[in-house]
Amino acid sequence: MEVVAYLDHAATTPLRPEVVEAMAPFVDQRYANPSGAHALARDARRAVEEAREEVAELVGARPAEVVFTSGGTEADNLAVLGTLARCAGPAEAVCSSIEHAAVLSPMRAAAQRTAAVPGVPGIGLHEVPARADGVVDLDALAAVLGHQTVLVSVMTANNEVGTVQPIAEVARVVRALAPRAVLHTDAVQAAAYLDLAEVTAPCDLVSLSAHKVGGPKGVGALVVRSPHDVVPLVLGGGQEQERRSGTHNVAGIVGFATALRAAVAERPTERARVAQLRDRFADAVLGAVPDAIETVPRTATLPGHCHLRFEGLDHDELLVVLDRGGVCASAGSACASGALEPSHVLVAMGLDRAQARSGVRFTLGRTTSAEEVDQAAAVVASAVASLRSGC
Amino acid sequence: MRVLVAMSGGVDSSVAAALLVEGGHDVCGATLKLWGGPQDSGCCSVADVDDARRVAQQLGIDHYVFDMTEAFAAEVVDPYVAQHAAARTPNPCIECNRRIKFDRLLARARRLGFDALATGHHARVVPGRDGRRQLRRGADSEKDQSYVVSMLGQHQLAQVCFPVGEMTKAEVRRRAAELALRTAAKPDSQDVCFIRSDQGRAGFLAERLALHPAELVDTSGTPVGRVPALELVTVGQRRGVGHGPDGSRRYVAWVDPQGRRVVVGRAAEVAIDRVELVTETLSWTDEALAEGDEALAQTSAHGRAVPCTIGCEAGRPVVRFARPVHPVAPGQTVALYDARDPDLVRGSAIAR
Repeated sequence: MEVVAYLDHAATTPLRPEVVEAMAPFVDQRYANPSGAHALARDARRAVEEAREEVAELVGARPAEVVFTSGGTEADNLAVLGTLARCAGPAEAVCSSIEHAAVLSPMRAAAQRTAAVPGVPGIGLHEVPARADGVVDLDALAAVLGHQTVLVSVMTANNEVGTVQPIAEVARVVRALAPRAVLHTDAVQAAAYLDLAEVTAPCDLVSLSAHKVGGPKGVGALVVRSPHDVVPLVLGGGQEQERRSGTHNVAGIVGFATALRAAVAERPTERARVAQLRDRFADAVLGAVPDAIETVPRTATLPGHCHLRFEGLDHDELLVVLDRGGVCASAGSACASGALEPSHVLVAMGLDRAQARSGVRFTLGRTTSAEEVDQAAAVVASAVASLRSGC
Repeated sequence: MRVLVAMSGGVDSSVAAALLVEGGHDVCGATLKLWGGPQDSGCCSVADVDDARRVAQQLGIDHYVFDMTEAFAAEVVDPYVAQHAAARTPNPCIECNRRIKFDRLLARARRLGFDALATGHHARVVPGRDGRRQLRRGADSEKDQSYVVSMLGQHQLAQVCFPVGEMTKAEVRRRAAELALRTAAKPDSQDVCFIRSDQGRAGFLAERLALHPAELVDTSGTPVGRVPALELVTVGQRRGVGHGPDGSRRYVAWVDPQGRRVVVGRAAEVAIDRVELVTETLSWTDEALAEGDEALAQTSAHGRAVPCTIGCEAGRPVVRFARPVHPVAPGQTVALYDARDPDLVRGSAIAR
């Protein structure tokens, strides 16, 4: 089946041509290990440091505050585990219940691990609920903060429904009520559309990923704002100021910086263009499909996100029909087997499991065209109609 | 024909998919995620899904994973536990076939526009008279699985196919090896998929229901010992119930959950000549057998079929065996085959 519309930009984005071009020398003749002590190594090292300076500037941090990782998941893990490893209990960590699994899982693992050690005060975990509109409940957040809080993690924008979280307000509440707390935000999904310097300013730790902004997979960064520091998870040669060992992914790092620069440059125009296409798509589907609803208000989301629910349908079936119609979309979060589980985000927003299973995420991006969304909307309408007629 | 193949990640369904592709059909694979939790084994594990997906890639067909964990828990696992709590011995694989694969998945296949659902069962669906379909034993008598699909009716038989039913297991493995499918040498699954081998049935049930010790009594009512949990006793079992005074083997004749008693006896004492069936579970592949009709009854997955007569007692269907047989545990399926055409499945029911 030919792909007629790629509406899964939140999962990953196509590589930008300039990124391919920028990476090419480093997968070919400029292949050296940047940690070496010869001319080729210095050349590679210089590319890494230039990339670091670029990323730092784009996010409003100092170069020494940028730690390159293998991607967003590692950045989140380093933020959570690398912070909690420094904290002797009794201590508490706090995150929103709509965080990505890359934050939720290490949070829960750390809480469980310390709870299992007898005689040692454990790390308690609070998962703060979201409101029905997909935004973290600030009152509920405030209610659990205190002097015992050592880490707070609230994402910049949600990956599933796309809701932008009030990070500045979160930061104000955290600083006021939890003076010891380190504030982390996972900005992986937001990076293409929000001002990263604004996001970074009130935070201590910021996670980024290259492949969500037109860069390569397998590279990302954790911004670690001084004076905060993290305990490394990966030990070895001491790269990245001993915060993350392992030979640098030079081509990936160069590609990451190039992609982020391009995304930031086109951000003002892309925001408007993509939002307009998203509205066009959403309106077309809502107009053609009875009992289709927007999961969250459009005004509250990233411009490329369109999360729709189709009453009475199961996303497992709808995705198959969409796939066979050439439309790439997604739903829920895939577990290890690839099966889709009801989205923890939708459940956290108060939907029941059947409602959560009726949701599908369409995400637009840099390569999306008007023709593509028109075709996709038609495929969605006929897919829903065919499934409903067969029910 | 557009066919959805249920691929468990085993060799049989892998070859079933391959045969359909070779036959020129528009084939798509689907693997069901049936049991959640980090420690699953058997047909629901991540490694098995990966195997199924890889085989689909090798065959060049699309592959999907469907999450049916909620339905599986509600319609297979919960009833399994409830049946054990009532001192019965259910067959969860048959309930999964009845309620998940040949009901929910079949309905899904139809909604998605497929003409048929295929599985890797060793059984055969062949054309009968007047456009009807017959369900027959698989060609490999050692691996025949017609027993576990014996509840299918014409409605389902018209929409399912079992591509490996004509082959022996050895042929299936040879075919998989020729195609270099990664499942070619994978061992057959033996156990209930949601029960971990390190935990066993006893461990699984102990976490989910209250177990009650019971007294063992012989057929005259004399106490001869105890068992730790009557819910784990299967009618007909020999293990754990000791020997008679003359050294002969003892078997469980029946379990009395209210009286907390398990009655045991020598083989001849526990043998039965009839078994009552649960009326609502009675199903026919095509024409129903009537009172007085002869048939062959198979009472376990690998048991021998025994000549029998269909009867009716107090309004309830019964199977009367031509000779005494080992007791049938309540909850087990009785598959009925044609008296004159012993490969032909006629129907099935659950023993009362």
